Amino acid sequence: MVGIVSYGFYVPKYRIKTEEIAVIWGKNPDDIKRSLMVKEKAVAGIDEDSLTMAFESASAALSSVSVDRNKIKVVLFGSETHPYAVNPASTILAEFLGIERNYLAYDTEFACKAATGAMISAQALIKSGYSDYALITGSDKGMGKAHDALEYTAASASVSLLLGKDNLILEILDFESFSSDTPDFWRREGIRYPSHGGRFTGKPSYFNHIEESSKSLFKKTGLSPKDFAFAVFHMPNGKFPVQVARSLGFSPDQIKDSLVVDYLGNSYTASALMGLMPVLEKAKAGDLIFLCSYGSGAGSDSFVLKVTKNLEKNRNEFMKIVKDKKYINYPTYLKFMEMI
Amino acid sequence: MSNVIGYYTTQFGELWEKSLFDLVEEAIFGVLKQTKLENKQIDAVFFGNMLAGVLENNLHSPSKIAEILKINVPIYRAEAACASGGAAFNLAKNYLDANSKKNVLVIGAEKMTDYSPEETIMGLSSAASGEEQEAGLTFPGLYAMMANFYLQKYGYTEKNLAYVSVKNHFHGSLNDKAQYRRKITLENVLNSAYVAYPLKVLDSSPISDGASAVILTNDQETINKQKFSTTILASEVITDTISLKERKQIDEILATKNAADKAFKNAKISRSDIGIAEVHDCFSIAEILAMEDLGFWKKGEGGKKITEQSTMFGNGGDLIVNTSGGLKAAGHPVGATGIKQIGEIFLQLTGQAENRQVENIKYGLAQNVGGSGGTAVVTILAV
Repeated sequence: MVGIVSYGFYVPKYRIKTEEIAVIWGKNPDDIKRSLMVKEKAVAGIDEDSLTMAFESASAALSSVSVDRNKIKVVLFGSETHPYAVNPASTILAEFLGIERNYLAYDTEFACKAATGAMISAQALIKSGYSDYALITGSDKGMGKAHDALEYTAASASVSLLLGKDNLILEILDFESFSSDTPDFWRREGIRYPSHGGRFTGKPSYFNHIEESSKSLFKKTGLSPKDFAFAVFHMPNGKFPVQVARSLGFSPDQIKDSLVVDYLGNSYTASALMGLMPVLEKAKAGDLIFLCSYGSGAGSDSFVLKVTKNLEKNRNEFMKIVKDKKYINYPTYLKFMEMI
Repeated sequence: MSNVIGYYTTQFGELWEKSLFDLVEEAIFGVLKQTKLENKQIDAVFFGNMLAGVLENNLHSPSKIAEILKINVPIYRAEAACASGGAAFNLAKNYLDANSKKNVLVIGAEKMTDYSPEETIMGLSSAASGEEQEAGLTFPGLYAMMANFYLQKYGYTEKNLAYVSVKNHFHGSLNDKAQYRRKITLENVLNSAYVAYPLKVLDSSPISDGASAVILTNDQETINKQKFSTTILASEVITDTISLKERKQIDEILATKNAADKAFKNAKISRSDIGIAEVHDCFSIAEILAMEDLGFWKKGEGGKKITEQSTMFGNGGDLIVNTSGGLKAAGHPVGATGIKQIGEIFLQLTGQAENRQVENIKYGLAQNVGGSGGTAVVTILAV
């Protein structure tokens, strides 16, 4: 069985409230909060980027277990804000983590599902016998153009997972993927901010792909929503995951713990994996967790994860850490995001 | 006398999987099937469309329609902003007045949701004057100015406006071709976000895709073979200044008043004969002004009259308005709107309006407006 041996996350300390942004643009903050269901979002500092945050989350993942780093022969780095267009962040990350050089590394990009796609590749490389362990990271300093709807949600954070065969905290029982050429959100070469198709990002994009990959996995495994203790979906805003969960047949109780978007925003590649973090603070041995990512362009990866008894001793604190925060104003936000 | 003998409309909504001409094609073959006419029986085509030239660099749509329809006849595109559909219908009626024993196809269509809101708004703003565009006035802004003036002049509030949307969403819930089929409450309207004070999201018609088509004929043999037919008593187009600032009054649309006076005169009927109407509710204020300008309600009383909800289906009123859901709930694919309005009147007068069928009606009216009132088309049908 292949699965997750340990995990780590990093959320920068800074937060900006929805109203701080809304009033700048003459919007009613209550309208925005009601429409997006996001109260505040996490913002990386001026000296942070996707790579520094990846280092933080990967260090946290590796610090909680005793693993020979030379046995990590796979390092995959998913992001849509890699620091370089050409020059892998995965090798810089591996170097700083002290992983010896006989490893396979690559950066992955598939909008917000670059890390879960990497997870599927990584588990296959372990199953094939190529490596005992694989480190995957999802990390983003999410950008949204000023005055775009994305400005209220695009957030910063990172999650890293160490995959392996032994001493698992989560078993990957099965997975499914669904993809199509659906251009709902994109950022062209040399362009700083992403563009999106507005409401087109909903029904034919987020909802269609998540529903298709989820239903396909239910059919493949014979499982149904009622079999899961928790469900976690990609969170571009607070509304979409609630709606898609309902349409698939999950109850509000099954997803409520995962809805970090309300207080952390959408950390793009890290978004769905970040939703897993508060769930792992609560989950018990034997629980099944449904994890489903979404990447614009478009695709969705869904997983059935099973909690083992090892989670208890490798559990990370989540809520206490994310509550340690500092609010910034709009000019400081612009400075931290290097928009001024 | 010319008659409308068939109507077909596509679904209105965000139809991302369909292009402008996919929608046009569906509407054309839909209405041909309804009337059991073949393509070669069509003598001329009039196409109402506003934005294809601006948004998709397509200004030779008549030729594209010839390709779809596989006929070689006169085909014309009519453009009058949001009144493009009504204007196309008017030209078709005039064509029949000038030519005997002809069948004419009128299509209205618009494809708006494949573009960014900025592109679509920019395109729609081309219906305003250059000065208004330079001042940054969008159509919500223009109608908001009209609404502010009206509310202050007659002592009404935003709540008076909200009744329009509540009614039209209720009607939309009964129309399976409508973009929005959910009922809304006064509270929903009043709590929705402002677009341009005092107009809110739920005071405003949406951005939509859709195509609608009707067939007109003055060939008695064709009429005799049809199951459904309505007579066109009047179709009048009046234009006025494009700039709001050039109008004598901003709480009325003079083009509507003049078109209505002319239409009623030509139709030889009175206002009280009309049992069903489709009016141009691009914003809630526009329906109230339309009801006054058409002469159904006295000037300044519209804000009060709308709260009585006598124009709502099922309330037993003598005149029911916007049973299609209006632009607000049925959707507003600009070029299609004027044809959908006439189509809805056709359905109602011929008893085909199913769960929203108004009983005992003989005459129906459609009012289609371009811009902030630069063009108005009033059509009266009878059965």
